[in-house]
Amino acid sequence: MARNITYREALNEALTQEMERDESVIVMGEDNAGGEGAPGEHDAWGGVLGVTKGLYHKFPGRVLDTPISESAFIGAAIGAATAGMRPVAELMFVDFMGVCFDQIYNQAAKFRYMFGGKAVTPVVIRTMYGAGLRAAAQHSQCLYPLFTHIPGLKVVLPATPYDAKGMLIQAIRDNDPVIFFEHKALYDTAGPVPEESYTVPFGEANVVREGGDVTIVTLGRMVHTSLDAAAQLAASGVECEVVDLRTTSPLDEDTVLESVEGTGRVVVVDEAHPRCSIATDISALIAQKAFGALQAPIEMVNAPHTPVPFSSALEDCYIPDAQRVVNAVKTVTGWTR
Amino acid sequence: MTDTLERKTLTREQLLDAYRTMRTIREFEERVHREFATGEIPGFVHLYAGEEASAAGVCLNLDDRDTIASTHRGHGHCIAKGVDVGEMMAEIYGRRTGSCHGKGGSMHIADLSKGMLGANGIVGGGPPLICGTALAAKIKGTGGVSVAFFGDGGSNQGTTLESMNLACVWNLPAVFIAENNGYAESTASAWSVASDNIADRAAGFGMPGVIVDGFDFFATYEAAREAIARARQGGGPTLIEMKFTRYFGHFEGDQQTYRADEVAHARAELDCLERFAARVTETAELSRADLDALDAEIGAEIDKAVDDAKAAPLPTEADLLTDVYVRY
Repeated sequence: MARNITYREALNEALTQEMERDESVIVMGEDNAGGEGAPGEHDAWGGVLGVTKGLYHKFPGRVLDTPISESAFIGAAIGAATAGMRPVAELMFVDFMGVCFDQIYNQAAKFRYMFGGKAVTPVVIRTMYGAGLRAAAQHSQCLYPLFTHIPGLKVVLPATPYDAKGMLIQAIRDNDPVIFFEHKALYDTAGPVPEESYTVPFGEANVVREGGDVTIVTLGRMVHTSLDAAAQLAASGVECEVVDLRTTSPLDEDTVLESVEGTGRVVVVDEAHPRCSIATDISALIAQKAFGALQAPIEMVNAPHTPVPFSSALEDCYIPDAQRVVNAVKTVTGWTR
Repeated sequence: MTDTLERKTLTREQLLDAYRTMRTIREFEERVHREFATGEIPGFVHLYAGEEASAAGVCLNLDDRDTIASTHRGHGHCIAKGVDVGEMMAEIYGRRTGSCHGKGGSMHIADLSKGMLGANGIVGGGPPLICGTALAAKIKGTGGVSVAFFGDGGSNQGTTLESMNLACVWNLPAVFIAENNGYAESTASAWSVASDNIADRAAGFGMPGVIVDGFDFFATYEAAREAIARARQGGGPTLIEMKFTRYFGHFEGDQQTYRADEVAHARAELDCLERFAARVTETAELSRADLDALDAEIGAEIDKAVDDAKAAPLPTEADLLTDVYVRY
């Protein structure tokens, strides 16, 4: 039975249902309850933006607040995963990966391969990303391309409440380390979400709008920006097919290539910086495997190659918007040899 | 640092185990040292010879519930925690029959079925991980204890200090073993560790800190016994600093021009095996014949490990893409 709930509520429901189902699921992170050791309320915060609110009292002993020590507690989550737990650790902002990245890319990512298949590391690292909250340069980045580069990690970016719930449940049940990206500007967006438990498999892109003229490949918050652009373009007679990648590792190459075979024109929309981004990666994939189908050069819409600025006047220019996507689509439809 | 005069009496079996573990590590490392010089062993190899009493003293207090995390100098910890010596040697030779099927090498030997969470190529990589295995043991109520071995170099990493704090905050069944062999690579710990002793830092986290003569098995065993028992009973973490000298360079090939003559002195005057043998024969707890028999047995075991490793198949190209989550 589906009802409309927010992205934040969908994540909380996924955690709740998995913790009820499997007692090896534990949650840890900075202020995941909040108020630990303080004289006032426990579960004061439920995570800095409230995703884990309520779990502390519902699951005694299984929601652990941590010191601000990302290396220690992300590493502890990884270690616990090798010892039979299914920890969901919260790296509050992905920008903080710099203080714990070793535990993720040199430890968790490598155990299974490096130990000859003798280790599983079923850890989920939930993390916030993306611009739009005036959170400035060290709390707004889109660092998913860096994680996508690392073999051994799975990297997922749900764009809707439905995917947020289904992909978090999938992530918890997965035996591999999963980096679970939550766009902070999506927490209050609402959409239909079934009450019952379900999973959304990894490596399956979602065609969120069908159309025959141009393929827009996108992910995360940019799915919504792209859909806005597609709606505007439809009014002027250009039909866009919007492909939400949903996971960058594993990457669903087939859905992208099939769409491009049908349209011959491509815009890739990615909130990350332009170089070594998902946009460049998808462009390379298409150039390599669907070159014959292309009727125009691929257009990429990215944030600029700058740190994320603070001032709203600047940040609003920084974040790719629907108009830039519309312009890119017009470029590929208007291109002639 | 003097021998611990007062100690729990160890059984004959325990004494034989202790000697077997230390002698196996010594034989293994001396042999790898010689074989490396022939050019047959690829990559980076860091030898544990000289430090055997630490791994043996700690791990003889551990059982199947317990987990250790190791370092780049990990062979001794692996052997002491029960990893198969033949598989270890094969791994060092990059063979398909190795502990990690040739995908790990010397710096990544692991056997989770033995509670050995891996040697580790990253200095300070292990302590956060054992906070997790200790947390799992605590939540599941297994009674298991987790031990992080790290060196004087690792003692200066933020990961190690963060982990000590977290382990104390969460009151984890964890023990931190700082193996201070005097050098992080070529840099003296007397210079790089700002406090007089690594163990002094324990006070900053509110846990016991203990300094031990790392050449004295009976001292390492007793310190570890007390710390592990306390952790197992819910009494929280301990930091133990083992002070000793490594007999070889940082890695095989290290010319060690930064060192004085401490190795010759240690081998002649301080060696853990010599001291152990002198002591147990003096007290007549074991006979020279007991030790000689073990020496012969272990020598043959290491010979066989090397012969088997050299004869074992290499991995094939088909193995390149297995045991990884995503393939393109």
